[in-house]
Amino acid sequence: MAESGFHSPGPADFDFPPLFGEGTFFTKPMLIVVLGTIAVGAFFYFAARRSTLVPGKLQFAGEAVYGFIRDGVARDTIGREGIKYVPYLVTVFSFLAVLNLSGIIPVLQLPATSKIAIPLFLAVISWIIYNYVGIKRQGFGGYFKNMMFPPGVPKAIYPLLAPLEFFSTFLVRPVTLTLRLTFNMFAGHLVLLLTILGGEYLLFEYQGVAGIAAGSVSILFSIVLTFFEGFVQILQAYVFVLLSAIYIGGALSHEH
Amino acid sequence: MTISIASSASVLAAEDGPSPLLPHTSELIVGLVAFALLFFFLRAKVYPIFEKTYAERAAAIQGGAKKAEEAQAEAQHLLEEYRAQLADARSEAARIREDAKQQGAAIIAQAREDAETEAKRVAARAEAQLQAEREQVLRELRGEVGTLATTLAGKVVGESLQDDDRSRRVVERFLTDLETAQASDAATPASGDA
Repeated sequence: MAESGFHSPGPADFDFPPLFGEGTFFTKPMLIVVLGTIAVGAFFYFAARRSTLVPGKLQFAGEAVYGFIRDGVARDTIGREGIKYVPYLVTVFSFLAVLNLSGIIPVLQLPATSKIAIPLFLAVISWIIYNYVGIKRQGFGGYFKNMMFPPGVPKAIYPLLAPLEFFSTFLVRPVTLTLRLTFNMFAGHLVLLLTILGGEYLLFEYQGVAGIAAGSVSILFSIVLTFFEGFVQILQAYVFVLLSAIYIGGALSHEH
Repeated sequence: MTISIASSASVLAAEDGPSPLLPHTSELIVGLVAFALLFFFLRAKVYPIFEKTYAERAAAIQGGAKKAEEAQAEAQHLLEEYRAQLADARSEAARIREDAKQQGAAIIAQAREDAETEAKRVAARAEAQLQAEREQVLRELRGEVGTLATTLAGKVVGESLQDDDRSRRVVERFLTDLETAQASDAATPASGDA
């Protein structure tokens, strides 16, 4: 890697110049966000159009995604009330899944969610929702009391527990939501860049049998990693939505 | 923790390009607007349709199941009704058979009784008729026997026995004697037998 001429990929590879020349603001990640949003909207729109009792293939696919979050996340973690949050959760899941998967879609090949702005604003929205429903359900004092002094815990532990819980709910949760997603995508993209660019460099620049052998292995490994990345990208979208649902469910049901 | 993040961010920023921890304002705005548009579009146009389809499908399935249940219940009900009717019919048949048997026996008994009465009546009448005929024959016979005897006696004596009244009385007395003698004869062996 330290060979002359090979520049190892780093954070600079996530810095894109404006697409339409100097002075404009529109960059590649933004283009991916716009395309991904249109793709998700179109997918669901055509899945739901001419909806029938016995679904067609596209309708089945749309309902499968919707039902997966509705029954597998909202209903299981929030319960009966979870149905109210299904629109938000499904939108977040499909939005994030597509923007994550843009990392392995040819031509795009950049997970838009590796730019911290996207996970950040979604984490903030989730943070607002679960704090809002918690305060609405339990009252301002009740929400903080239940959060910082949960019943069923020995009183002696409260001095330790209360600041931790407060810190966890108000700071750690949104930060971890943001960073987990951003840097899973960031690191995944870096690894793919490294195996592909490194393999290319070894194959074409680094002379000798050793270079060709190592380069081939690297390229083959990048293909395996691409599939692995696809899995991680779906998984991370799911984790983000699942955690958001758990936080909302916790804020709703602290009282009992 | 926050300190370490901040320090690593500053290191990264120092090394090359802007820090990956710093959100780009324009990306934030584009992402937020795109997400908001997507959310409101899907909430208005897509999710209600999915929910409606789910509800309709559940209703269709439950309706089908309910219909089948109802049909089964009705079939069961009908079966029970038929069974009850069959049992009723059986007991009715048995009852009718019993009635018929009794009636048959009654009819036979009645017929027998009637026949017996009739036979008795016929026998009694025949007897009475015989008795009457016998009496009539006896009466006629008695008259004729008198005349014959008188005529015979007149021929034997050689003169006509003019006095009819007297000769008739004689004959009558003779016949009555004869009858009493006969009756006592008939009575004697009967008493002797007994």
